[in-house]
Amino acid sequence: MAAAPAVAAQAQIEWMRSLPKKGRVGILALILTESSFFSIFVVAYLFYIGKSLNGPYPKDVLSPPIVNTICLLSSSITIVFAVRALRAGSVGTFFLWWLITFALGLEFIIGTGLEWHELIYRDGLTISTNLFGTTFYSLVGLHALHVTVGLLLILLVSILTLLGYMNPRYAERTEILSWYWHFVDAVWVVVFLTVYVIGL
Amino acid sequence: MAGSIEQRIPLGAEGAASLPFLDRIHEWVVTVDHKRLGLMYIAGGLVFFIVAGLQAMTIRLQLAVPNAGLVPPDMFNRLMTMHGTTMVFLVGMPILTGFFNYLVPLMIGARDLAFPRLNAFGFWIWLFGSLLLYFSYIGGNGLYGAGSAPDVGWFAYAPLTERAFSRGNSTDYWILSIFLTSVGSTATSINLIATAFSMRCEGMTLRKMPVLVWLAVVVSFMMLIALPPLAAAQVMLLLDRFIGAHFFDTQAGGSAVLWQHFFWIFGHPEVYILVIPAFAFASEIIPVFSRKVIFGYEVMVAASAGIAFISMSVWAHHMFAVGMTPAGNAFFATSSMLVGVPTGIKIFNWIGTMWGGKIRFKVPMLFAIAFLLQFLIAGLTGIMVAVAPFDWQLTDTYFVVAHFHYVLVGAIVFMIFAAIYYWFPKATGRMLSQQLGKWHFWLFFIGFHLTFDTMHFAGLHGMPRRIFTYQPGRGLETLNLVESIGAFVQALGILFFVINVVSSLRSGEPAGNDPWDAWTLEWAAASPPPPYNFAELPVIGSRRPLWDLKHPEDPDSKYE
Repeated sequence: MAAAPAVAAQAQIEWMRSLPKKGRVGILALILTESSFFSIFVVAYLFYIGKSLNGPYPKDVLSPPIVNTICLLSSSITIVFAVRALRAGSVGTFFLWWLITFALGLEFIIGTGLEWHELIYRDGLTISTNLFGTTFYSLVGLHALHVTVGLLLILLVSILTLLGYMNPRYAERTEILSWYWHFVDAVWVVVFLTVYVIGL
Repeated sequence: MAGSIEQRIPLGAEGAASLPFLDRIHEWVVTVDHKRLGLMYIAGGLVFFIVAGLQAMTIRLQLAVPNAGLVPPDMFNRLMTMHGTTMVFLVGMPILTGFFNYLVPLMIGARDLAFPRLNAFGFWIWLFGSLLLYFSYIGGNGLYGAGSAPDVGWFAYAPLTERAFSRGNSTDYWILSIFLTSVGSTATSINLIATAFSMRCEGMTLRKMPVLVWLAVVVSFMMLIALPPLAAAQVMLLLDRFIGAHFFDTQAGGSAVLWQHFFWIFGHPEVYILVIPAFAFASEIIPVFSRKVIFGYEVMVAASAGIAFISMSVWAHHMFAVGMTPAGNAFFATSSMLVGVPTGIKIFNWIGTMWGGKIRFKVPMLFAIAFLLQFLIAGLTGIMVAVAPFDWQLTDTYFVVAHFHYVLVGAIVFMIFAAIYYWFPKATGRMLSQQLGKWHFWLFFIGFHLTFDTMHFAGLHGMPRRIFTYQPGRGLETLNLVESIGAFVQALGILFFVINVVSSLRSGEPAGNDPWDAWTLEWAAASPPPPYNFAELPVIGSRRPLWDLKHPEDPDSKYE
């Protein structure tokens, strides 16, 4: 008699394991809705290409931020290494890759800041200058906002790791955070193509 | 704090009633229980339903006779804007997400949603966003003394929403409050999707999920895709208004038509986000009161997903009058008519479910049958206005108003009432009175047809929408008077509903766990269900687990 509930519990555990993990489904749903949000800003950018009534125009002031792009895209690789290291049980290696990821992301944000500084003070382009300024700052700014949120989350995990709370059990959670980071990188590819390739 | 585990588990319904009043309030404020949050969504939605209903009554009083002086024109603009915005974002959305919140975990045999705290966050941000909209009556004046509540219509066409044309802060309140409620809806949809995919009880494969849960998933996907365009456009408008961006500023080359596109990319799927839950209720209620299995389960689900897909590509049928290219008009007219195909499939499936069944005419079923009839008519007038040249004649007339109220009231509100009569016993442990319910149904039904059938003809006679009065002698007096009388008959029906709810909460007949002899898992839990829903997680073998339980000699699991 005692065996029956144990069998039932075993079946239930196996059933639960066969379902997708809720954290993964949740982050994918979030990524879907964020993609929809970004796509409207991308459409607005594309729609207003060449419709500015006065300068400066993209050709006059923009140059593709190659270094930034390399940094941000490679941070997607380093975060994968970090999560893998944590899955393998090595918190130290995880932390190293995690900090590199943070540094690469930080470089991107600082690079964007410098680019904007130049655009504003050298070229006199602000959000209210013309349609190019309006769509450029809102699209790139929206992406930068997402990078910033990602950096804050990465920083939070770093602080927790520094305080000694990190544990290989949390590999799943860091992986979910890494999916958000991959999404932010993928959006940059779209933004880069829109602003610096199609828009130039 | 110490004590046995039973003492520390949140108290059930009987236990909670014995707590002091403030403690009971506290329990509701800090709760993460999907059932309580669901009920708070529905209760909040019903309160705003009364508010927006009173606004509609005021509008109807003003329009009952020509040249009435009850409401000045600027106040009329605020009334119709607030009525529309409230009904969509503060009534429809919360009531429907409230029902999904309440029902989805129970129906799939789970103890809560996947992310209970996110759920609580969604509710509270919705509530405060909603209060922000009404705070505009106080705060909207800003420093300009220029108007209080939003008066730009629920679709807030640019460039009338730009700084130059909308002084003060009324439009900002419209933007921010709707943005916040959208954040809440997004949180709920992420939660519902994760719940349906990751929290199902043992044996419930995707093809054994109740239709309601399937449609909750479809609606959640639609919300994830369709709400962001509005939020994004609102962010752009906010940038225009506050830091001088030019998205919709026509003087700097911006496009006012772009706002219309962005708004309707959200706005049209929104109609389906609101009506698919009504389909979901119908798909649960009609089988139970016909004593038959739902006809064509797979086709039903597929048709709903089909509607969701098609509805994403029909938005510009709201814009035939702005002067698109003939190709654009033709595309959007055709895609709009195409929605009729999966919708027709669903209507035939519901009729097929009733066909040869043993129909019980309880109040939920009465509302469901009225829904079938009215939704059919709403769909047919929809096909009419999908014909672009026909729409040019009737755009911005009461014909369009009648058409979409047939969907929003005739289909959605009717099914919300059906759902309330059907699941009220589960949520409260008491039945709603059938007697009062029938008064409610018939008054509301008659009032609805008096008002909205007549509106079609007023529209055909050229009555423009959004106008605060009209001249006598143009054949509009009788029609408008009949519409207004119908509105009061509807209000009388709602009064019966309120009396019914209040009196049944106090002294309704005890319901028991399964008053309708139904088949889905929520009826296996106690009424009201305990905070943990099921002491032991259920294991199911078919789409109708309770049928299997009640009829072990002939279970569904043999045939599925």
